[in-house]
Amino acid sequence: MKKLELRLSGFGGQGLITAGIILAEAAILDGNNAVQSQSYGPEARGGASKAEVIISNEEIDYPKVGEADLCLAMSQQACDKYAAQTRPNGILVVDSGLVKNIPEFPGRIYAVPITEIATSEVGRGIVANIVALGVINGITNIVTKESLETAVLDRVPPKTKDLNKKALKAGYQAAQKVLQREGE
Amino acid sequence: MPVPTERKAQLLSGNEACVQGAIAAGVRFFAGYPITPSTEIAEGLAVELPKIGGKFIQMEDEIASMGAVIGASLAGLKSMTATSGPGFSLKQENIGFAALTEIPCVIVNVQRYGPSTGLPTSPAQGDIMQARWGTHGDHPAIALMPASVREAFDLTVQAVNLSEELRTPVILLMDEVVGHMRERVELPATDEITVVNRVKPTEDPEHFLPYKPGPNLVPPMPAFGDGYRFHVTGLVHNETGFPSGKGKDGNILVRRLLAKIEQRQPSIAQAELYQADDADIVIVAAGSVARSARAAVKEARAQGLKLGLVRPITAWPFPAEAINSVATTAKAMIVAEMNLGQMIIEVERAACGRVPVIGLNRIDAELITPQDIIARAQEVTKNVR
Repeated sequence: MKKLELRLSGFGGQGLITAGIILAEAAILDGNNAVQSQSYGPEARGGASKAEVIISNEEIDYPKVGEADLCLAMSQQACDKYAAQTRPNGILVVDSGLVKNIPEFPGRIYAVPITEIATSEVGRGIVANIVALGVINGITNIVTKESLETAVLDRVPPKTKDLNKKALKAGYQAAQKVLQREGE
Repeated sequence: MPVPTERKAQLLSGNEACVQGAIAAGVRFFAGYPITPSTEIAEGLAVELPKIGGKFIQMEDEIASMGAVIGASLAGLKSMTATSGPGFSLKQENIGFAALTEIPCVIVNVQRYGPSTGLPTSPAQGDIMQARWGTHGDHPAIALMPASVREAFDLTVQAVNLSEELRTPVILLMDEVVGHMRERVELPATDEITVVNRVKPTEDPEHFLPYKPGPNLVPPMPAFGDGYRFHVTGLVHNETGFPSGKGKDGNILVRRLLAKIEQRQPSIAQAELYQADDADIVIVAAGSVARSARAAVKEARAQGLKLGLVRPITAWPFPAEAINSVATTAKAMIVAEMNLGQMIIEVERAACGRVPVIGLNRIDAELITPQDIIARAQEVTKNVR
């Protein structure tokens, strides 16, 4: 496999750093190398937050993401900032409930109501990050489904395993939907 | 044992690996005051130490935590603290006390943007000189700079070992990028790790001289409660440990403090050379910046530009020998660092004018990129031809 660089962006409290960790752990379970890094403001919630993940079967030197192959934007501010730092032939996934104006982007764009799916379909807004992982992996198959589920269940509190399984499934289903729409 | 005896690939951050390294090296006391970007080390040890009979204490501030670390070490435990810039500044007085009184201890400084409170969550490498000269007076300094998660583990073990062997404070000089980044790592099995313990006195307590050096210039050290009476003071003392007030004793003591490190220096000072032998331009970079430099070397060589890398693993003692080894073969050296020029002073000193030494400096809170390095190398290539 070639090197894949992902950027998960939004605001603090959305669980993006956790999502980045889970994705990197899934990549390791697949036998690949992974580096995860992050930047965040001094406040725990509400400030801008971003997690970056690099997956490769080779050594990973520079740990940061320059131009991402895939960008997840879970706030308007993040989308405005990071759409332009995504490869022109890359993928932009936006939470359509939070990003109203999608900037010009030459690559593939997928608009999915991620937080709304978490709130109404799964029943808890807090699992929006896991829904997002399902969406991203449903679209890209960056990691195997088995590894992603194992990584999710290893990271979440034991009592929330079923909830998170449901969230992951809802994400995969939403990905199927947007892919079908794209095919039509 | 908390450290697994079998190798297993896992995703860990530099700070988490530092916690594992501390446990593996035998650290059983931690005192600190939380500060970004080092807090995960305190959090990790707060969980791990009580499980194995160790002690964790959050003190009222950084000054007190450094004092607690010194006290615990005197009581016989391998002791450590972790902090960042503002806390590192506060700890300096007690670091000097530990240097003069020869108390083994490890101070982790996960560097962030300064001076002062600066940018708490942003990376920098502005404490390289502070790690050498942060406390007053002539004193020895050992500072290790990990560039990967695995190295954060290994160098934590080494920091503890050196502090125990040489009875001196040792600084683990990480940066925010290495502290917070997570990567795939396989930690060594327990039986692959060398652990060094301080030498204790064997003579009759009646005739014990607490500051009488052994053959390696290091005095054997009893723990409080072992039955040896001794006095610990930050005043100049002679072999009895009591203040002497005499310049001639200071002359003997401070020269010995430096000599005990200097005689070990060839094996303490370390650097990694990567494609440096035939390089036209050698990049000198440490910590997270060395990762960018390694990427730059690979990318530039693919484009036909012969770059190489010298990566100091010890900031102090500075690995001048590694610079020497390429000073006559390289056409230029570029010192890349996230400050306005600290390590470059040592590189210039080691290069002795044999090769042009050029700085590449960023202080905009971003890690220097491989592209920054390649661009500067291309510029330098034009000028040195």
